[in-house]
Amino acid sequence: MGGEFVMLSLVPIAIGVLAAIACALPGNFLVLRRQALIGDAISHVVLPGIVVAFLVTGMVNSWAMMAGAAGAAVVAVMLIELIRRLGRIEPGAAMGVAFTALFAFGVLLLEQSDTSSVHLDVQHALYGNLESLIWVEATGWGSLLDPVALAGLPPELPRIAIVAAATLLYTLLLWRPLKISTFDEGFARVLGMRTNLIGLSLVIMAAIAAVAAFDAVGSIIVIAMFICPPAAARLMTNRLEVQVLWSVAFAVFSAVIGYVLAGYGPLWLGGEDAVSAAGMIATVSGLVLAIAALYAPHRKRSGAPADA
Amino acid sequence: MLIEALTLQLGYNATLVAIGAGLLGIAAGAAGTFLFLRKRALVSDAISHATLPGIGLAFIVMVALGGDGRNLAGLMLGAALTAGAGLLAMHWLTRRTRLAEDAAIGAVLSVFFGFGVVLLTVIQSLSKGRQAGLEEFLLGATAGMLYADAVLIAVAGAVAVLAIWLLRRPMTLVAFDPGFAASIGMNVPRVDLTMMGLVMAVTIIGLKVVGLVLIVALLIIPPVTARFWSNHSGHVLWIAGALGGLAGFVGAAISASAPSLPTGPLIVLTAFALFTVSLLFAPGRGILVVWLRHRRHQRRIHLRQGLLALAQELPIYERYTLRLLVRAGLARPDGVPTQAGRARAAKACRDEARWAIARRIHSHEAAVSRYDGLMPIEQVLTLDEIHEIDRQIDAGGGGCA
Amino acid sequence: MAEFADTTPGKRSQGLPALADKPLAVRGMTVSYGQKPAVFSLDMTVEDGSMTAIIGPNGAGKSTTLKAVLGIVPRLSGMVSVYGAPLAKARHRIAYVPQRASVDWDFPTRVIDVVLMGMARELGLLGLVRERHRERAFHCLDRVGMKDFAERQIGQLSGGQQQRVFLARALAQGADLYLLDEPFAGVDAATERAIIDVLKSLKDEGRTVVAVHHDLSTVRDYFDRVMMINVRKVAEGRVSEAFNEANLQQAYGGRLAANLMDQLQLGGH
Repeated sequence: MGGEFVMLSLVPIAIGVLAAIACALPGNFLVLRRQALIGDAISHVVLPGIVVAFLVTGMVNSWAMMAGAAGAAVVAVMLIELIRRLGRIEPGAAMGVAFTALFAFGVLLLEQSDTSSVHLDVQHALYGNLESLIWVEATGWGSLLDPVALAGLPPELPRIAIVAAATLLYTLLLWRPLKISTFDEGFARVLGMRTNLIGLSLVIMAAIAAVAAFDAVGSIIVIAMFICPPAAARLMTNRLEVQVLWSVAFAVFSAVIGYVLAGYGPLWLGGEDAVSAAGMIATVSGLVLAIAALYAPHRKRSGAPADA
Repeated sequence: MLIEALTLQLGYNATLVAIGAGLLGIAAGAAGTFLFLRKRALVSDAISHATLPGIGLAFIVMVALGGDGRNLAGLMLGAALTAGAGLLAMHWLTRRTRLAEDAAIGAVLSVFFGFGVVLLTVIQSLSKGRQAGLEEFLLGATAGMLYADAVLIAVAGAVAVLAIWLLRRPMTLVAFDPGFAASIGMNVPRVDLTMMGLVMAVTIIGLKVVGLVLIVALLIIPPVTARFWSNHSGHVLWIAGALGGLAGFVGAAISASAPSLPTGPLIVLTAFALFTVSLLFAPGRGILVVWLRHRRHQRRIHLRQGLLALAQELPIYERYTLRLLVRAGLARPDGVPTQAGRARAAKACRDEARWAIARRIHSHEAAVSRYDGLMPIEQVLTLDEIHEIDRQIDAGGGGCA
Repeated sequence: MAEFADTTPGKRSQGLPALADKPLAVRGMTVSYGQKPAVFSLDMTVEDGSMTAIIGPNGAGKSTTLKAVLGIVPRLSGMVSVYGAPLAKARHRIAYVPQRASVDWDFPTRVIDVVLMGMARELGLLGLVRERHRERAFHCLDRVGMKDFAERQIGQLSGGQQQRVFLARALAQGADLYLLDEPFAGVDAATERAIIDVLKSLKDEGRTVVAVHHDLSTVRDYFDRVMMINVRKVAEGRVSEAFNEANLQQAYGGRLAANLMDQLQLGGH
């Protein structure tokens, strides 16, 4: 099955894995900062971002759309902060106001503009099209060394690879400020750290990861990978360093198993067509979290409460 | 067209949808207020996304039983089942593990939704390419809605409003002050559960009209908007209901007035427009008023501090302070007080000394505790009380601190 | 005096060169929450090598004073100088112990990692934690009697132990000026003794300590200087002089002080 596997499944699996890692890394800090739903908000505003990018440039250009989506994410984050700070509204509600309004705007634009001719629709935005990212030029494992075949790789792969590498680099470079400001923001300020810039950089990094992943796999995976692997990982350990490693492991596991189950599961059950890989990856990540919540060694809050 | 739509002259279905959306808006605004006051607004996001697998399952079951897979009542029942399961899962995650509520919400919404998408693709392959049309629950679709569906939505909306009306007292109490509610013997968990049940009902009624992504907006935006207009939880409830109803009705009417104007987004954007106006211009909490008030407060503080510095012949450290003093004609640009400045400074200084004495005297304790550093002492103490204090100052030879 | 007359609120501020030898000097500082000043026009001068208690009733602005000095909450007006320099240039000379309840103790980390956070400035962005850093962290933990708890998950600590870890982290900062926010609040007697011993040893080393304090009965034993505030400054000076009935009455209001007087056996001044 080598040739077929390389052609049909290798690239989607690789993209799924890289997207999962790119989201899970910043997800660890978002979950610890009680900002897990920022991922939810960002993935919703990607839609208006790409619609606006399409309307402005008039073409389906991936880079333009990514820029549009990233811009929308930044607008959303600023809007949330504006509502939260100036309107003095609790963060959850502020998020709810901002992302639903932007999403509604995106849907309205989509219906108003003639985008039906291009591959730009709500379903795509939600589910992604992981299954269609096949490597047509591949003939077998040998193609990995064949420059001609490599040139035919779907462009989503290098893109998500770059972004995954960027999130990794970001996490390593800013490890110390991220950790300290997440644990004790006041102390971080006293040390001279610009804590609001650190927070903003985290959200922007998450937005870039969300946009790149969204491009390939749709928004469900984005939300699931921001939250489920880090949440499950938190229940496995009491050390941040170890938690991040676990979260990456869970993300990779969910992506691989989810893709395989989606592609081959129905066949094993006697069905004919594969089911949504994005949906299945999210489902597997949820099962991982459920198992962690039931059996993981550090699932309960430990020791004395803070006001003991 | 728009006028006709707003005055309900676009035919039965459009009229029913507009009325239904209005009722839905009222119910959503009011039910959302309870969530908002409990600081759990985004729970609605998890509930609404968790309806998708239920819709898929209901469709599969109904088809397997030989029925019409698109029966709205059946789909709503399925949606209610998985939404309930999602709520339980969320509750369990926050109770039994160390995870915080936001992580539980995000996990439930993404996983349930992901599973729902898996089911939709299963249905697609079962129905061999025929469109099951369940995708319209994602964003809502009122065009081509059956008459029976429109009636169902209008009636269910009315029932939800009625239920909220009947339950408003215990729910307001619990949302506003759960501790007090428990102390008078109220079963807080049960009221909470009822609240969630109502939110779930609203979500399910709203699925067909605005879709599961945007129903969240109707549950969150009107209460947040209402909060700008009142500090009283009872009032917030009804203002939110009214705003939600208005957004629902107007949005649905605009949408009916022309093709390619989807109902859900228009309702949400109407609600958001009301929100934006409130955020900027509401009296009391609006950004404009708060900003103006802050500027005024800052000016008063600097002026007062400047006067105290002049009185004590201390240097004025900040340019802004000096600029204010100069502009008010109280000091020269080089920091030397004018005649008027000297008088005002002496008065400010004397007031400070009076406050210091007043704080020491038992009987003034309550009055003095309200002092914020700016208020004229004449507003808090009577003239003869002030004279008495002045006598003590003069006797002690005290001046400015 | 014109050389230090440049701060618009919220903008950059210069130090107060005239007070260059003072660890901390505050002039005309006001902090408001909404429309109500929490601290009004506060002047404060901390003497080198002193141990100063900031006292005052609840809501008098004690913690706010500390946080505004450190730039954690914004100032509406006023200037702060640390060893004659603006705060931004003197951060390495300040150590800070926040209130215990201000962080989530469920954070996934160990005691030793929290102490190492105190060395973040010298470690920089990517500097590796070396053996000497680790040894110093152990030494700091030893000073607060927590050496055996280094590997413990912070969520497993008692309230007093949490407070000691925060103090150890401050020690790891290796600063000259220590600012502590209610270090004795809600801790057991053994922890209180351990903390005051450390603070006194800091003073013996010539360092300066400022603590928000709420227990009037220990002010005389623990501190040599006192700063009494109730939104504005009531008194500032040596404990032996400023910690008297008249000032306490003014800070705490008549009735409250009357009860306290008996306990403190201050007698009339």
